[in-house]
Amino acid sequence: MAEIYSDLIPRVCVHLSVFFYVSGPESDIGGKRRAPDRTTTTTKIKKKKMSQQTVNGVPSRGKVLTLDNMNPNVKRVEYAVRGPIVQRAVQIEKELKEGVKKPFSEVIKANIGDAHAMGQKPITFLRQVLALCSYPELLEDNKFPEDAKKRAKRILQACGGHSIGAYSASQGIECVRQDVARYIEKRDGGISSNPDNIYLSTGASDAIVTMLKLLVCGEGRDRTGVMISIPQYPLYSAALADLGAVQVSYYLDEDKCWSLDVAELRRSLNAARQHCNPRVLCIINPGNPTGQVQSRQCIEDVIRFAKEEHLFLMADEVYQDNVYAEGCKFHSFKKVLFEMGPEYSSTVEMASFHSTSKCYMGECGFRGGYMEIINMDPEVKAQLTKLVSVRLCPPVPGQALLDLVVNPPQPDEPSYTTFMKERTVVLADLAEKARLTEQIFNKVPGITCNPVQGAMYTFPRITLSQKAIDKAKEEGQVPDMFYCMKLLEEEGICLVPGSGFGQREGTFHFRMTILPPTEKLKVVLHKISEFHLRFTQEFS
Amino acid sequence: MCAGNKLQNFRVKSLVSVMVCSLTSHPLSSSPGRALSSLSATRRGLPKEKMSENGVSSRAKVLTIDTMNPTVKKVEYAVRGPIVQRAVELERELSEGIKKPFAEVIKANIGDAHAMGQQPITFFRQVLALCSYPELLNDSTFPEDAKSRARRILQSCGGNSMGSYSASQGIDSVRQDVARYIERRDGGVPCDPDNIYLTTGASDGIVTMLKLLVCGEGATRTGVMISIPQYPLYSAALAELGAVQINYYLNEEKCWSMDISELQRALDEARRHCNPRALCIINPGNPTGQVQSRQCIEDVIRFAAKERLFLMADEVYQDNVYADGCQFHSFKKVLFEMGPEYSNTVELVSFHSTSKCYMGECGFRGGYMEIINMDNEVKAQLTKLVSVRLCPPVPGQALMDLVVNPPQPGEPSYENFIKERTATLSALAEKAKLTEQVLNTVQGISCNPVQGAMYSFPRITISAKAVKEATDKGQQPDMFYCMKMLEETGICLVPGSGFGQKDGTYHFRMTILPPTDKLKILLNKVKEFHQKFTQQYT
Repeated sequence: MAEIYSDLIPRVCVHLSVFFYVSGPESDIGGKRRAPDRTTTTTKIKKKKMSQQTVNGVPSRGKVLTLDNMNPNVKRVEYAVRGPIVQRAVQIEKELKEGVKKPFSEVIKANIGDAHAMGQKPITFLRQVLALCSYPELLEDNKFPEDAKKRAKRILQACGGHSIGAYSASQGIECVRQDVARYIEKRDGGISSNPDNIYLSTGASDAIVTMLKLLVCGEGRDRTGVMISIPQYPLYSAALADLGAVQVSYYLDEDKCWSLDVAELRRSLNAARQHCNPRVLCIINPGNPTGQVQSRQCIEDVIRFAKEEHLFLMADEVYQDNVYAEGCKFHSFKKVLFEMGPEYSSTVEMASFHSTSKCYMGECGFRGGYMEIINMDPEVKAQLTKLVSVRLCPPVPGQALLDLVVNPPQPDEPSYTTFMKERTVVLADLAEKARLTEQIFNKVPGITCNPVQGAMYTFPRITLSQKAIDKAKEEGQVPDMFYCMKLLEEEGICLVPGSGFGQREGTFHFRMTILPPTEKLKVVLHKISEFHLRFTQEFS
Repeated sequence: MCAGNKLQNFRVKSLVSVMVCSLTSHPLSSSPGRALSSLSATRRGLPKEKMSENGVSSRAKVLTIDTMNPTVKKVEYAVRGPIVQRAVELERELSEGIKKPFAEVIKANIGDAHAMGQQPITFFRQVLALCSYPELLNDSTFPEDAKSRARRILQSCGGNSMGSYSASQGIDSVRQDVARYIERRDGGVPCDPDNIYLTTGASDGIVTMLKLLVCGEGATRTGVMISIPQYPLYSAALAELGAVQINYYLNEEKCWSMDISELQRALDEARRHCNPRALCIINPGNPTGQVQSRQCIEDVIRFAAKERLFLMADEVYQDNVYADGCQFHSFKKVLFEMGPEYSNTVELVSFHSTSKCYMGECGFRGGYMEIINMDNEVKAQLTKLVSVRLCPPVPGQALMDLVVNPPQPGEPSYENFIKERTATLSALAEKAKLTEQVLNTVQGISCNPVQGAMYSFPRITISAKAVKEATDKGQQPDMFYCMKMLEETGICLVPGSGFGQKDGTYHFRMTILPPTDKLKILLNKVKEFHQKFTQQYT
């Protein structure tokens, strides 16, 4: 049936896109306009077909699957965090290994929030329990503390055949979901959480994509629009491209420490309503890549806005333990929502995401995560449950790990002291590194850096001269990519250009993680500072 | 996306009548309906206006069944469908002390070996424990080969920790080991680690590949050929991607074998309304358990070359071959033995997983795919696409490494490993035979030999009376049958309708994984139930 319907779409699209080209005012959606994209693609494919096709519509030569006949949405996907600059970094690493001389002895990958890769040690308790779950014979071993054994036994008992090798329920192991719910209740000062509203996921990314997938529908002007911040974490833009949804950009205010402004939300929404159907508002708090921590007031305003404008809220809260700045505190969207009273708490639809990859754990490789859904329509919830069942279940070791994160050692348990010590050290180090980064960068003429209030990144603004911009253009690169590429080649430091996250036109940034060990971080910061001075001189 | 307007233009007119009638019956869920209404609407914007326009009350949720992604609604996945949900409910009722005609629910709906009591392979779990908690490397109770594997895996992880992200394509050294494994398996046919992509279970790889392949609209929309019966991941993924499912039927009378003339029939018919570009094969078969002959695979490859189809070979049961005279032949090996005319041109992807075979490590979500003859630009797009999800779970990657690089003769764990592996595989072979034998003694059940994989897919005779009662209840007859069996015996099977079957035939899928003694009881219960059911509805 869908195929029959879609026969009409091309014509409708053409009409709409003509309209767009004339009236489309959104410079901020640059390149993400769906309908014009479609028209371009159509023309391209048509041309190709003329030259390549035989009578029955099959090209006579070449591969079955080519760049011209693959999924066009996939082609539009971009993910800068692992983009060309990282590929080049990997190449350089290989070259170094092969003995090629470089002006540096190692590549430092500050492009991604990968704590363990940067030398952060895993939390002992978490890994003990995982070892016990992997090889339950160790339960007989008296080297392991009792609380670790107890946790492992509890997890194993909840697994089919007492093995983490069995599939779990698609929504996640029940007792883990119960623990998650209790954790949320504790975090939110007692606001109740129903384990049935918890869905474990393969990292937060998986859940975010799943939720977006549920939300996308309509065609042309009725196509679902999703509001995301600029700068954003590029998973969002990538997922939206993949799903063929319309990206609706709202800008964070760099001059006010990357804060979110409801007037800007409204501007962006009204502009978007001209050409799509905005239904979702995504927030990342603490911010990635921008590191801001939202005030309680701001969150309230956002919730009010979402209610007023009938938007589904998606709160990406994976950095909820990563708050460093004095006076800043993490407020969960859910808590604020419920404190605003039943008018809001019983109506505003929301999903909140969390993960094992960030905070003090940094266990990215396990791909653990969860989402809590609030006020979701029961029929839609049933569809969600069905949808996740197709992928069978999230990785069980990641589920086990998440269980430990939400249910860590308690004060009366043997592992408590060590656990707290390890946790505190990691978070205190991060706080120090956040400060250090801001301080050092702000001393460099041409670099300005907001305080890293939370999360794991700094996103400083860099001044690039017209000469540098022209040079970049000559090389066919966006200016901050040119800058980062040069930094990589000269210093072996891998950053992500701001253009990969989005930024106001004419401004340039990069994202750098603050994760390297303090001594190494200092070296990195100084190298970047020197590079920036050199770069500025070269292109002045 | 709007490709092929020319081709379709003449079709549009003739389809208008169909559309109008469809629009009438599904006014809310049709996307073109929306597109059309948006053209005439003066102004949208305010949610209230929009809602009344759609006939939804202003109190409605943002996200409702009528305003959600229509392709998601079309997704169905019987293996974890309503019958399994009921089974979970029954389990809860039992644990609450509610009396049932059975003491436990036996979930024979899914190939979940460990849940059925199969023990993990010791060596694998030792290495995983070592990787999880490297302090154990100092523990003398672990064998040296387990330690050396763990060290090698950890050394290729960032910061020597499984907790760091790996490369999106998978850890380098693991992909190298996979490539060597494939070369060994295929008698030396070379394999490039660069063509290996580690995945989150095979499902992830399959969905990713299908996603790459889907394009076009209307009559140029990508069609994908899948067997009927099929593993419902395929139909679910195609529904979600909005691709066209093209059914080709396996021949139940010939032990669920695949027939080229049937492929041709399905393809020719499909060409009238879509653009068939991919052919999916599951070998050994799920749910049907057949193992394809070398000749059959050659024929399929020739067919794919002739008809210009991208081949997707789901080979996750490659170690699960039980029947005498049957042998697993990988599509890749056969392709390369057919000479450069084929091996240089036919585009193929093969999938494997840690979830099946003798390991049965489903929970780790490990897997890989090998791509062959893929266009370089497309490959770059694939690499980019998988990077968005960062990486497959690293413990699953580590496990995959052990599966493709198990203990070797001379290593301390070798003997025990082989013992465990053999015990599992020979028990499965025995259970395959047992299942076929017992089920074939029941009048009204006929069952092909389980040549491989982990399931039996017997045909059941359901009387007209029973079919009528099911229809009255709004259920598929085999769903009605399986639901009744669940309620009366506690056995959870999946109705054949969830996999697809020839019209008028009925089946169920049952895994052969329960321990032999339990399997015997289960088979006898199925037998008794079938007899009772038949009697009740004559």
